[in-house]
Amino acid sequence: MQNLKEVLNQLKTNHLSAEALCEQCIQRLRKTQDLNAYVSVSDSKARRQAQKAQQIYNSGKNIRKLEGIPIAVKDNYSTTDIQTSCASHMLLGYHPPYNATVVQRLLDQGAILMGKTNMDEFAMGSGSVNSIFGPVKNPWKYPFNKKTQNNQSSDYDVRAASNKKTSMDYSANPSKNDSNQETQYVTETDHVTESDQSQAWYVSGGSSGGSAVAVATASCLVALGSDTGGSVRNPASYCGVVGYKPTYGLVSRHGLIPLVNSMDVPGILSKTVDDTAAVLDVIAGHDELDSTTVTDPRVPFNLPDVSRIDIKSFHIGIPKEYHVPTLPGETRQTWQRAADIFENAGAKVSQVSLPHMQYSIVCYSVLNACEVASNMACYDGIEFGHRASTSDSTEALYASTRHQGFNEVVRGRILAGNYFLLKRNYDKYFLQAQRVRRLISQDFANIFKEGIDVLLTPTTLSDAMSYTDYISEDNRTRCEKEDLFTQPVNMAGLPAINIPMEISTSGLPVGLQLIGQSFKDKRLLTISKWFEHQVNFPYSDLVNSIE
Amino acid sequence: MYTDSISTTNWQGVIGLEIHSQSLVNSKLFSAAGTRFGAPVNSQVSHFDSSLPGTLPVINRGCVEAAVVAALALNCHINMVSKFDRKHYFYADLPAGYQITQHRQPIAVNGYLKYTSLQSAKGNQRPVKKMAKILQIQLEQDSGKSLHDDELRRSLIDLNRAGVGLMEIVTAPDFSTGTEAAAFIKELLLILQTIKVCDGKMSEGSLRVDANVSVHHPGQPLGVRTEVKNLNSITGVTKAIDFEIKRQISELEKGNEIFNETKSFDYVTGKTVTMRDKERLQDYRFMPEPNLLPLRLYTNDTLPTGLSDDQIVNVDKLRDSLPLLPAQKRQAVQDKYGLSYNQAQFLVGEEGLLEYFTDVVEETNRDPLLTYNLLANQVLMYLNREDISIHNSPVCSKRLKELVVLLSHKTISLNTAKKVLEVMFEGDTRLPPDIVEHHNWKQITDPDKIEEYCLDAITKNHKLVSLYKGGKKKVFQNLVGQVHKMAYGRAEPNLVNEILKKKLDQM
Repeated sequence: MQNLKEVLNQLKTNHLSAEALCEQCIQRLRKTQDLNAYVSVSDSKARRQAQKAQQIYNSGKNIRKLEGIPIAVKDNYSTTDIQTSCASHMLLGYHPPYNATVVQRLLDQGAILMGKTNMDEFAMGSGSVNSIFGPVKNPWKYPFNKKTQNNQSSDYDVRAASNKKTSMDYSANPSKNDSNQETQYVTETDHVTESDQSQAWYVSGGSSGGSAVAVATASCLVALGSDTGGSVRNPASYCGVVGYKPTYGLVSRHGLIPLVNSMDVPGILSKTVDDTAAVLDVIAGHDELDSTTVTDPRVPFNLPDVSRIDIKSFHIGIPKEYHVPTLPGETRQTWQRAADIFENAGAKVSQVSLPHMQYSIVCYSVLNACEVASNMACYDGIEFGHRASTSDSTEALYASTRHQGFNEVVRGRILAGNYFLLKRNYDKYFLQAQRVRRLISQDFANIFKEGIDVLLTPTTLSDAMSYTDYISEDNRTRCEKEDLFTQPVNMAGLPAINIPMEISTSGLPVGLQLIGQSFKDKRLLTISKWFEHQVNFPYSDLVNSIE
Repeated sequence: MYTDSISTTNWQGVIGLEIHSQSLVNSKLFSAAGTRFGAPVNSQVSHFDSSLPGTLPVINRGCVEAAVVAALALNCHINMVSKFDRKHYFYADLPAGYQITQHRQPIAVNGYLKYTSLQSAKGNQRPVKKMAKILQIQLEQDSGKSLHDDELRRSLIDLNRAGVGLMEIVTAPDFSTGTEAAAFIKELLLILQTIKVCDGKMSEGSLRVDANVSVHHPGQPLGVRTEVKNLNSITGVTKAIDFEIKRQISELEKGNEIFNETKSFDYVTGKTVTMRDKERLQDYRFMPEPNLLPLRLYTNDTLPTGLSDDQIVNVDKLRDSLPLLPAQKRQAVQDKYGLSYNQAQFLVGEEGLLEYFTDVVEETNRDPLLTYNLLANQVLMYLNREDISIHNSPVCSKRLKELVVLLSHKTISLNTAKKVLEVMFEGDTRLPPDIVEHHNWKQITDPDKIEEYCLDAITKNHKLVSLYKGGKKKVFQNLVGQVHKMAYGRAEPNLVNEILKKKLDQM
């Protein structure tokens, strides 16, 4: 399998043209469109950009770090003149007047944007099933052959056309410039009724499910997701890709539509750790538009060759609290095998304790709801986004705009958050959750102080669930189970990564999580690269099933 | 001791103030948008100000410095670490659905301000020294403006003001009348203008006052308070508070209750009016602002390494650059020029006046009282009548200085000086000596010449002279008047008195 570095080399040496690369990705995107990974596709623009990239390669001058590399971006990153909907009716048709800092940095280095990827509405979910565009489907074990017959490229245009019909009034959109080069999918009903309910397919995980699927199916080389409680690592684990959550503050959030400001981090999905490092190298570092970003001088993130990584110098911690009663035997075994790989290679492996971890998920949900309640207050239909047609009073306008615009999950969290923030509840819920959050951070700090470099844990309880099983429980219950192993990391602001390890007995990918120390992202990525080379995850299995 | 029975004579007002001062900084508190007053609607709005999703606040150093300087001038304790909070409420001109403010840990606390309030006593107004405690100073965002079009039944939003940096100064309930509160505001305004953190234009909303008003009997618990919002003139402050105190007393005396409610002041009727009820039951659901780091200030001893001067706010440096404050200026004027408190207050109380005065006095090196009188009674009277600022006075300090020199050399009399000023106000742009020369207004100081006038007056006023000689000394002034009339007002008055008296006595 080719990694980013090899592709860039081929482009430079004329063994591959940027146009051909782009076309390959577009074709894969079409072949896999039933997975519903994208909510808008900018293929025409991508082709034009690829042409330009090729000209630059031909000239041999000013070749940038990601020249001609197809990328995908989650639909909660602001992108100029491309719809940024957060998979919500509230922002359907919203075309931001600016690019998120991370998007801009990627484009400035020559990356080509294939499109915006599907997600849970406002990133509230762990399955990518709560989207107005319908659920994202896991490519693993997906019956591609049956589907591709009915869904050739013509289907595309039909969907694009249906995009325009909507019962709502979007008069408050700041930009009327509906670029016709963009293909936007629309309406969940089409998607779900068609086949989804009847078919046995697996969830992609979430909330960055679209980005994980896009990378897994190679319709792009790398993708941006966002990780608040595990939203990058969770789908990476289910779709068998690398999913990386940098240290909070290392990467700018400017332009990322917030879920929980104090935990949101732009994340990277890719096939290899080196690819992630290359993208991190482009997007990391201080941004004057995000006051919470580091001001330290930038250091490059290029990783050493595997042969030069001295695994014996690493000390791996195995937090015992991750041995939860609900952990299936298979996951436990995979985890054990991973620990053995490190130990057998001469790394020091020790059991460690995170005594407050068990309280993390509860506190996470309280803090999440509080910030959601606050962050969602700007969606009032006045300046941008959906506006209801009610004109009885300003209050009535707010109420119906927000009722129509948000799904039940979003509304539920807003309600809970406002309840927690009431003067009489503030101490009991918000402050208490913050106190516990500090204890959790302290737990991690203590472990690292003792000399542990990284923690090794499962990313999720098990491999991906079938859609039918997944939706048998509500969003809140699901998130509590899905985010169990990932959200403590966000509470502490640490870097963490999902590395795909193997294929489960049911034929689905299984990943493991490595957690690093604050701002020691390079060290985390280095050991991740070593581990990745030991496990040698079978990417080709999936590619073969698509082709 | 007081009992529960209502005493109609012993009510006392208790007033605390919240003052919102717009920082005199040309960009907003958390965005780079401009803050120009009167700019076209919605032309000073950044993506952040309209709360486009994904935008983040970036603190404006200028606003922080302004607050620190104000805190220093108001003798506050400065919190070297302060924090920002979100205060939530839905309002059409508040795009984010919350205001970023400093609720829990403001930038400064526990200050005080000494001021002087005029108190009426036996028909006279005499200055009384007072002090009010400053509870806290916090940085926060201003909101936008809603304009309601009743005819077309629609609301229009102007976000130019949304996000402009405000300093909220909160006082203890240390005032008992509208006059006192107004005197405090005047002094505060003067300080904020002196340290250049507020332009002081109350009519443009640069400084707005909310007053919390209650009444009680001294020695008893405080009464229920009402809040009168958005007072934007000194007279407004006085009138609204005094009205509200009277209203509350009259309600209580009727046996009615006072409700904790928000009121506005109607300048036309002079009454306070209850605002919508929703203002009353708000739970603002305060929450720490997660997108801003705690605001850190430094001193010479705590300067961080690796950060340049323009990346930090150094309190010591700002303290050193603090200009003389009004109280210090007044004291200096009293000490140096021997003027009274009221005279010093007058000179310091209006921007530019003291500088003008000093220009004249320092140059002429004499007669501060004479200069003060000319300035206060002649020049300012004219400027106020014509609504001209001291900076645009047709009589600049240089010309007044020349006039004072003429006066102190007795080249002209005080009456002539007034005439010269009139001529200059009317547009004569020449220097006073030239004007005096041109009109031949020079004072006559030659004793022989004056004796001539005196003798002439004596000859022409037999009746008055014989009355005088007959013992009616009062008529002397009439004779003096005759002399001045003959000399066209140019004769030196002391000489006239002296010589005329001598001549009469010799008869």
